[in-house]
Amino acid sequence: MSGQAILPAGAAAPETVRPRDEAESHTINFGPQHPAAHGVLRLILEMKGEVVERADPHIGLLHRGTEKLIEHKTYIQALPYFDRLDYVSPMCMEHSFALATERLLGIEVPERGQYIRVLFAELTRVLNHLLNVTTYALDCGAITPALWGFEQRETLLEFYEAVSGSHYHANYFRPGGVAKDLPADMEAKIAAWAKQFPAFLKDLEGLLTENRIFKQRTVDIGIMSAEQAMEWGFSGPCLRASGCAWDLRKSQPYDVYDRMEFDVPVGTRGDCYDRYLIRMLEMRESLRIIDQCLKQMKPGPVKVQDNKITPPRRGEMKRSMEALIHHFKLYTEGYHVPAGATYTATEAPKGEFGVYLVADGSNRPYRCKIRAPGYAHLQAMEVLSKGHMLADAVAIIGSLDIVFGEIDR
Amino acid sequence: MAENETAVEPAAPENPLRTLGLAIATAAGGAVNDVELARGGKELVLRARRDALPALMLLLREDPRFACEQCVDICGVDWPERPERFEIVYNLLSLAHNHRVRVIVTTDEATPVPSVAGIWACATWYERETWDMYGVVFDGQSDLRRLLTDYGFEGHPLRKDFPLTGFVELRYDEELKRVAYSPVQLTQEFRNFDYMSPWEAMTTLPGDEKVHLNRLEGPA
Repeated sequence: MSGQAILPAGAAAPETVRPRDEAESHTINFGPQHPAAHGVLRLILEMKGEVVERADPHIGLLHRGTEKLIEHKTYIQALPYFDRLDYVSPMCMEHSFALATERLLGIEVPERGQYIRVLFAELTRVLNHLLNVTTYALDCGAITPALWGFEQRETLLEFYEAVSGSHYHANYFRPGGVAKDLPADMEAKIAAWAKQFPAFLKDLEGLLTENRIFKQRTVDIGIMSAEQAMEWGFSGPCLRASGCAWDLRKSQPYDVYDRMEFDVPVGTRGDCYDRYLIRMLEMRESLRIIDQCLKQMKPGPVKVQDNKITPPRRGEMKRSMEALIHHFKLYTEGYHVPAGATYTATEAPKGEFGVYLVADGSNRPYRCKIRAPGYAHLQAMEVLSKGHMLADAVAIIGSLDIVFGEIDR
Repeated sequence: MAENETAVEPAAPENPLRTLGLAIATAAGGAVNDVELARGGKELVLRARRDALPALMLLLREDPRFACEQCVDICGVDWPERPERFEIVYNLLSLAHNHRVRVIVTTDEATPVPSVAGIWACATWYERETWDMYGVVFDGQSDLRRLLTDYGFEGHPLRKDFPLTGFVELRYDEELKRVAYSPVQLTQEFRNFDYMSPWEAMTTLPGDEKVHLNRLEGPA
């Protein structure tokens, strides 16, 4: 403890007696390898007995220099780094960068490409909320939700694999559209999954929503008022739980979100329990969007038909010299983005995920600042946990939906 | 941004973002140097005077016409060839009016930028990160520790003159029985291809400098 003075050997003991409460306070080093820290969070907790006095999160243990690396890569090569940010919702991360690049290039994605993106962004939202809600319950002592939820996640990840070839690092949303069209029976498979999912949600709610132990761990814990939430830069479910009806899909729609009908669930108390409820309701809204996408989608091109930006088809390359040259140029030099800057944000499952992209007219981003929602949420850890018990700090971390890939970058 | 897409001609004077920008510039006195519309009139950028920054930010948050409740992001951009090489970019969001405002100030390595942590509580980590990555000092920020880099890290990695490979690397030291730093050793020199097409990017071919100079400055 810092209050203790180190005396040279043989020096007389100080006259004053240390106050009793100071002797009772101590510092806990929570993490960086703690299962409830949801990654490599090192949290310095100053405790008074079992009550948290100060919380100082130390982040950066997963810092990989993504922003620096992107400055040295072409726009095509930069995209896969986004999968590795919030690795629980990879496609939503790609979405911001793809949109930012498209806005600087001044191109418009074909309709089917936009629908596929919205469809998979919502599948990703379910994927993310499933992981958060179930592991959050695990932090609060419930094991079953995680076992059930991961079965559903596995199905969703198979959709990921079917379209992109990979469970997590999809590299599927590209500037100009998506990498390739859905496989033949994909829409039917997603529809079949969406049909059985409400029953699962009901089961999950049955386990948690009225569960006495879960409510004791979460109700009135980590309360954030709407003003506080705005001041601390909250976004997404954490902001809505505090009572702000704010959703970028509604207020600043991108792709075909303006054609979708869905509601924005809003909380009243801003505590851990509300944040849980919001995520449960959002999964139902995502299902509505998925249904509408599947109904409205029509066949058509999925990416911009300009081979200066998107690669030609493989079959074409075997026959056409021009296609071959385009392919070669695209994967070595890439495309040049006109000089300019944009701040483009999307509603990722965790909140506002923004990309501040500065282009200087070359084939590489001059600067790419990534604004991660979890970064702002984690910063508020001290205000959220002050005066709560140590075990509540764990519940608060769980309710904020922290993933270190995006916070540390 | 729904209100922008209704505008037929983005750069036309009736663009609501331009009106907003001019209103802010008028209300802020001399704090705003320049009102720009980026990306074809879809994003509002204000270039501001560094010393007047806190007053401008307070105005942007408190004035009900602007009402920027959220400071979404603060970041730096490095332009080494400029006299004041760093741009500090503040992305603000108004939930009440659904608009975004970008405020940019410039600074160099030595001159501090006034902190806005007293206006938005979330600014602290963004300012710490900017200090960590660019070495820009924030005046009035009481907690200017490094944030993302390792304990005891030296240098500011996002500066353009900081090499991608860094200066040190980590390895497990068998004698010390712990992880230790050592100078970075590359088995192959770091190769930075620019991939620029000679037809578009290369202005001077070897042996052809005179032609290029003539083209730039006119025949001597």
